[in-house]
Amino acid sequence: MRCRKCGKRAAFNMRHHKLALCEDHYLEWFVAQTERTIRKYRMFRRDDRVLVAVSGGKDSLSLWDVLLRLGYQADGLYINLGIDGGFGYSRLSLEKIEAFLADRPEAKLHVVDVPTLYGETIPQVARRKLRGRGKPCSVCGLIKRHEMNRIAWEHGYNVLATGHNLDDEVAVLLSNVLHWQVGYLARQAPVLEEREGLARKVKPFCRFYEREVAAYALLRGIDYIYEECPYAEGSTTIFYKDLLSRLEAQSPGSKLQFYLSFLRARKDGLFKEQAEQVELHPCPVCSQPTSVPGPCAFCRLWNHQPATSNR
Amino acid sequence: MRIIHRDKEWELEGRMTVRQAIEKVGLIPETVLAVRDGKLLTEDTVLEPDDEVKLISVVSGG
Repeated sequence: MRCRKCGKRAAFNMRHHKLALCEDHYLEWFVAQTERTIRKYRMFRRDDRVLVAVSGGKDSLSLWDVLLRLGYQADGLYINLGIDGGFGYSRLSLEKIEAFLADRPEAKLHVVDVPTLYGETIPQVARRKLRGRGKPCSVCGLIKRHEMNRIAWEHGYNVLATGHNLDDEVAVLLSNVLHWQVGYLARQAPVLEEREGLARKVKPFCRFYEREVAAYALLRGIDYIYEECPYAEGSTTIFYKDLLSRLEAQSPGSKLQFYLSFLRARKDGLFKEQAEQVELHPCPVCSQPTSVPGPCAFCRLWNHQPATSNR
Repeated sequence: MRIIHRDKEWELEGRMTVRQAIEKVGLIPETVLAVRDGKLLTEDTVLEPDDEVKLISVVSGG
């Protein structure tokens, strides 16, 4: 297979785009496509301050790399969740990020250490609260969302970028459709606008297949954590991703079509009735917006006054 | 040829494409990248009997 641009040996083929490219042209294409997505959905501009949530995985490190290459003001945020899994998952994740930073002295990283700040690791707090039937994923999501927003707010970032890719988005979409979670469908979008103390949330990789992001990381020489979070094993998301990849293997482009058709339907107002904004008010403990009366879910989780960032 | 994926290894006989090799070991081609001697391979690349190919899983998330 030959590169469509220069005729050299192709390194990567995208069946859904009918496009094969060599290493150099693939890296060039990937960066240009990211910029196109950022502009198409009006995610942010060069004068915005962007905080990239980095986990040490391929998606977030690649996103940070691309944003820096494109000249955006993009700093990183790593949240140490205190997950070990028998191989030091959280420690290994931070090591990958530190290796990434060693080659990019201009990049700035914020670190939130959950066990140090709040006295418990994610698995410990999940066990104490008996949430998630032995899996700390819902507690983890709640803590990450709160801390991302807190750091963005405290340090003056108006945009919060995550490395969610197309496979992530279609897995969530399938789950929401299977359960007809119309409220969630109304809120699933490449951009969630900022409101009352919540930074704008953007997903610049939402149109990239997971395989495309992995190829970018590999070809760019980004050393990311291959090991999966120990709690992700057997998750519903991975099951849905597997189902959708089987569909994609038979019918290239199915995932992209599913997602883009959904976005069109959403734009045309299919979920307009469900998109009514929930009224928010500041949490009396941490001041972050919450929809429930009294302290927010995060503050109720700890039952104590949250401290501030340690770095 | 030798196919390696995570902690598993397979020995396959004869010549075949990357896509055929991936399917032969029971994986979905859309969920892995194939690498030989540090180079990314397209799915139509024909593998020789003495090749060693590493399959890198691209799926993550919980």
